[in-house]
Amino acid sequence: MNILKFFTAGSVDDGKSTLIGRLLYDTDSILADQLEAIQNSNRKNDDGTIDLAILTDGLRAEREQGITIDVAYKYFQTDKRKFIIADTPGHIQYTRNMVTGASTANLAIILIDARNGVVEQTIRHSYLVSLLGIKHIVVAVNKMDMVDYSETVFEAIKTKYENLAGELKLNDVTYIPVSALKGDHIVNRSERMNWYQGESLLHFLEQVDTGTQENSPLARMPVQWVIRPQTDELHDYRGYAGRVVSGTFKVNDKITVLPSGASSTISKIEFFDKELEVASSGQSVTIHLATDVDISRGDTIVNSSALPQESKLIEADLCWMDTKALDTSITYLLQHNSKVTKVKITDVVYKVDINTLEKHAADDFRLNDIGRVVLKTAEALAFDLYGENKANGSAILVDSRTNLTVGAAMFRALAD
Amino acid sequence: MSNKYNFDYLDELEAEAIHILREVAGQFEKPALLFSGGKDSITLVRLAEKAFRPGKFPFPLVHIDTGHNFEETIDYRDRMIARLGEKLIVGSVQQSIDEGKVVEQTGKNASRNALQTITLLDTIEQYQFDACIGGARRDEEKARAKERIFSVRDEFGQWDPKRQRPELWNIYNGKIHKGENVRVFPISNWTELDVWNYIRRENIELPSIYFAHDRDVITRNGQLMAASPFLNMDDEDVVVNKKVRFRTVGDMSCTAAVESNADLIDDIIAEISQSKISERGARMDDKVSEAAMEDRKKGGYF
Repeated sequence: MNILKFFTAGSVDDGKSTLIGRLLYDTDSILADQLEAIQNSNRKNDDGTIDLAILTDGLRAEREQGITIDVAYKYFQTDKRKFIIADTPGHIQYTRNMVTGASTANLAIILIDARNGVVEQTIRHSYLVSLLGIKHIVVAVNKMDMVDYSETVFEAIKTKYENLAGELKLNDVTYIPVSALKGDHIVNRSERMNWYQGESLLHFLEQVDTGTQENSPLARMPVQWVIRPQTDELHDYRGYAGRVVSGTFKVNDKITVLPSGASSTISKIEFFDKELEVASSGQSVTIHLATDVDISRGDTIVNSSALPQESKLIEADLCWMDTKALDTSITYLLQHNSKVTKVKITDVVYKVDINTLEKHAADDFRLNDIGRVVLKTAEALAFDLYGENKANGSAILVDSRTNLTVGAAMFRALAD
Repeated sequence: MSNKYNFDYLDELEAEAIHILREVAGQFEKPALLFSGGKDSITLVRLAEKAFRPGKFPFPLVHIDTGHNFEETIDYRDRMIARLGEKLIVGSVQQSIDEGKVVEQTGKNASRNALQTITLLDTIEQYQFDACIGGARRDEEKARAKERIFSVRDEFGQWDPKRQRPELWNIYNGKIHKGENVRVFPISNWTELDVWNYIRRENIELPSIYFAHDRDVITRNGQLMAASPFLNMDDEDVVVNKKVRFRTVGDMSCTAAVESNADLIDDIIAEISQSKISERGARMDDKVSEAAMEDRKKGGYF
C-alpha cells in the first residue's frame, strides 16, 4: 500500500467541499462523534440532509464566512491506498494557497460545475496545475444531477477542456461525470449515467500509477545534519544524514559533493540499525564516504555521472505569496532544500494573467502574482530544472525583515 | 526503478518525519521534544532515534507534568529515559500553582489540562527553546487539519491561523524573531491507525494503560473516567469496576476510558479499525464548543 497525495481545485460553488465530504463519508472515514458534531451544527442542506462540506471547513472564520480560506489536509484510507487530500480555496485571492496545496500533490482534481462548463477559474486552476508540474489530472464534472445527467452536456465540456489541456501540455487527463451531493460516481458507479463507461472517482484514485513518471533518475541528497557521536568507541564515525530527494544511491557509487566539487565513493548506507545496499528517492538515510571530505548542512551529495547545474543566475517562475509586494531593490533569503543563501530578483521578465494565460511586462509583482523572474544568488546553487526534477528545482523566498515565506520559485533555465 | 514500490506508506511517513526532525536539528539553536508519555510522543522518540543514532539527540525531552498522571505513564517515562540516556526536563503544573501563576479549577469537572499551557510557556521561556517538537496530527481535529508542520508562535505562545506561512514542497521555513518559537509536528500526516500500525511494526513498548485492564471508574457526562483522588467526586458518582483501556494519555481528570477487552496490539488495531468514536472524542476538553481546539491553540496549547 502506498500514499496518493491529491489536491482539489474548485470554488465553493462547484461543490468542492461537498465532494471531499462525500469521499470521506462514503468511505466510512467520518467517525460517530464527528458526525454527531456536524449533525448538531445548524448548517444543513435545503432538504435537511447533513451538509458534508462542513467536514473540511476547519477554522471558525471560515465557518462564519462559509468559505475555505486556507489549506486543510484530510486523510482517508481504503484497502488499496492511503490518501492525503490538500483542500484548497479556489478564488483568485487564494492563488497562493492553491500553489501551496499543489506543491506536494501527485494528482489534481479540477472541478467543473456542469451548468457552467469551462470558465475563467477552470483555466486558472489548470494553469496552476501545469505550473506546479502535477502529472495526473482528473476533471470531475460535478452537479450532473442539475443537468439531468446529460451525456451531451458532459461531452461538450470534455471537448472544450481538451483544447485547454492541449494548450497547457497536460497529457494525462481523465474525465468523470459526478454528483457530489447525490453521490454519483464518487465511490460507486451510478445507474443514473449508464452512458458513462469509466470508473468511479475513488476507484480511479485507487488505481492510478504515480510512481514512474515522477521519480527523477538524478541521484540527489541534500545534507541536513552530520552525525558525529565523538564517543570512545565511535571516535571516527562521521555520517551524512539526509533524505534522498530523487534518484538512487548505491554502495560504491562515485559521488560529488556540491558546491565544493569534491568527489568520493559511498562506503556505507545506514538506516538506524540496518545497513542498506541501495537508498532511493524518499528515503531518509545516513551516508558514509570512503574518504575524508569536508561536508556540512546545505551541501548536496549527487551521483558523479549526472551532475546538476550550478549557477548564481537562474530564470524561475515565481508565485508571490506576501501582502507586501516584491521589492527588487532588497535582498531576500532563498531556501533550496537544506541550503539558505541571499538572493535578489534582478529582473521581472513577464507576468502571467492567469485567467487568460497572456504574458505581459510588469513593473510590480504583488500577492498572488505569477511570472518569470531572474534570480541572482549570493552563492551558486546546485540545482536541476523543475520540469526534470521538482525536488531539486524548487525553492522558497523568505523576507528577512518579517521572516515570512513570500515566494515560491520553480527553476526553469540558466540565465545569462 | 521498482524500489519505490517496496517503500510502503509507513516507510514514507517515517522518512518524512525523520526529514522534519533533522530540519529542526539543522535550523534551530535550542530545540526540545515535548514528551507526554502518550503513544504519539513515544512514536516521536523512536523517530528521533532513527534520525540521529548513533549520535545523541540534538534536543532534550520536555515533560509538562500536570501532577495528575497515571502512575504507569511516569514509570514508563523514567524507564525510557534510562534506556535512551537522553536528558529529561520536567515542567511542573503543581509548581505553577504553588507559585501562584495559575489557579486550580474548582467544581466537578475541574481539570489541570488548561493550566498546562501556562507551565509549557514558562518552561519554553525559562530554557529559551526556539522549537518544540510535538506529536499532534492533522487527523485529530479540524483546526489541526490546517496547521503547518512548522507552526510559528509569537512571544505569548499564540497561534494565528490567519498569518500562517505557506509551506511548500518539503521546504520548511524555521526563521523566527527573538522570543518567538516554532511548534514542529513531524507526524502531522499520520492518522491514529498509522501510529498504531507503526508501533506494531516497530514493536514499540507502550504504557500499560493503553491495553485492557480492570479499573475503578465512574460515568461522567456519558464517559468513563478513572476514579482517582484527582477527580472531584460526590455521592452521585457511583464507582464500578470495569475492563477498560485508554486511547490517549493525558491528565487523569480529563482522559476518558473506553470499555475494551483488547489486551494485545492486534486487538487494539482491530478495535480502532471498526471504532465509531474518534480518539479526541474521549477528551472532555474538546467538548466545550465546536471551536474549542482553535481557541486553545491560539492561546498557546500544543
